[in-house]
Amino acid sequence: MDLGKPESKPLFLTGPSPAVRCFGLVLLSIVLMVFDYRAGHLDTVRNALSLALHPLRVAVDLPFTVTDWAGESLSERRRLLAENDRLREQHLETQARLQRFDALQRENERLRELMDSSTQVSDRVLVSEIMSVDLAPRRHRIVINKGTAHGAYQGQPLLDADGVVGQVTHTNPISSEAMLISDASHAVPVEVNRNGLRTIAVGTGDHGKLNLPFLPNNADIEPGDLLITSGLGGSFPAGYPVAVVTNIDRDPGNPFATVEARPAAALNRNRQVMLVWSSAASAVQVGATDNDEEPEAQP
Amino acid sequence: MTVATDRLWPRVAASIVIGLVLAIVPLPWWLAALRPSWLALIIVYWLLHEPRRVGLLTAFLGGLFLDTLHGALLGQHALALVLIGFVTQRFNLRIRVFPMSQQIATVLMLIALYEFMLYWVDGVSGQPASDWRRWLPVLSSAAFWPVVTIVMQKLHRPLPQANRV
Repeated sequence: MDLGKPESKPLFLTGPSPAVRCFGLVLLSIVLMVFDYRAGHLDTVRNALSLALHPLRVAVDLPFTVTDWAGESLSERRRLLAENDRLREQHLETQARLQRFDALQRENERLRELMDSSTQVSDRVLVSEIMSVDLAPRRHRIVINKGTAHGAYQGQPLLDADGVVGQVTHTNPISSEAMLISDASHAVPVEVNRNGLRTIAVGTGDHGKLNLPFLPNNADIEPGDLLITSGLGGSFPAGYPVAVVTNIDRDPGNPFATVEARPAAALNRNRQVMLVWSSAASAVQVGATDNDEEPEAQP
Repeated sequence: MTVATDRLWPRVAASIVIGLVLAIVPLPWWLAALRPSWLALIIVYWLLHEPRRVGLLTAFLGGLFLDTLHGALLGQHALALVLIGFVTQRFNLRIRVFPMSQQIATVLMLIALYEFMLYWVDGVSGQPASDWRRWLPVLSSAAFWPVVTIVMQKLHRPLPQANRV
């Protein structure tokens, strides 16, 4: 080819020219994006890639896990005992509250049976850890360490101790990606706990704020109102706290009020979340697998 | 040059893995907005210094991995990286002889193009994109270019020094 002269360069590269290559790859990326954007035709590709890159995420997460573990195993006995005491008290308190809740639930079931309406079956939960990796800075996504092998599915709701956290968007066998309710492309159907007024809470891209854009000016809503999931849309189980209304701005010039709410869950502070299998949601999921995989997400 | 260049691929792969890890290492929130576009810098380095052995396909694959890790639209970073890779390839002879200050200015423009492509795709796909902080990585990436060059040169050609000793 070039006769053993290492520095001599052929004028033309073999194969297609750089411009053609660039054009081809640009076209390929655009095709990929279009297919990925349109109802996730590429989910299998993405999940396979995600599985292949899982070791990277584990490697990034490892130092944090080790630090946590070391902190726990090296902390003082006295502090551990104190924490143990505190947790025991908390447990007792929760247990006491649960007893009352059990009685109420049984009463509710009896009443529902009397009224011939379907009873609510309790939900199954699984605790999973959020992996310490940063996803795109402006999108509120997290990676959790449970996947389809543990039964996670696309669209599954996530909770923490205080309320709804988000929903699973992509799964692979050992980990899942989830979207927080504060992501700007996320919306969750809610109702006001006080009077059952139904609306939709839309994420803003800010961890501490949700918008309720579809409430008319004369809607009966006040600062401090608790918003709970309404269960409409079938993705989230009904009755879990979502947010507390913080700010209402009723401008007579606009048809809709500007309502802001603060998420109940500690969206950017907790390290553990719960995956929920609710009977209602899974029934909808089984019945509607051919539909859009994110029924809550806005188009 | 007597560099053992037949073992270039492991180094390219290693640098891409490092770039991907740096892209997802958790940072405190006030620092996260300033995170340089490491993978873009690494790809620019390779296309600048090994334009005939590291090509646009590497940039494309690296971008695809970054898309997966970031949960972005599949192809978004790939598109941006292929474009800046093409520009780098096109002008690599000129950029390579620039003094460092001019190289920094060039990298600033390249990363600006990269971030603009990401911004554009975000806009087209309906992601919220209007936040001035998304342009901060342009500055931080340009600022880190000398460091990246030095580290990557160590990774790129460790052998001649070893032979001399």
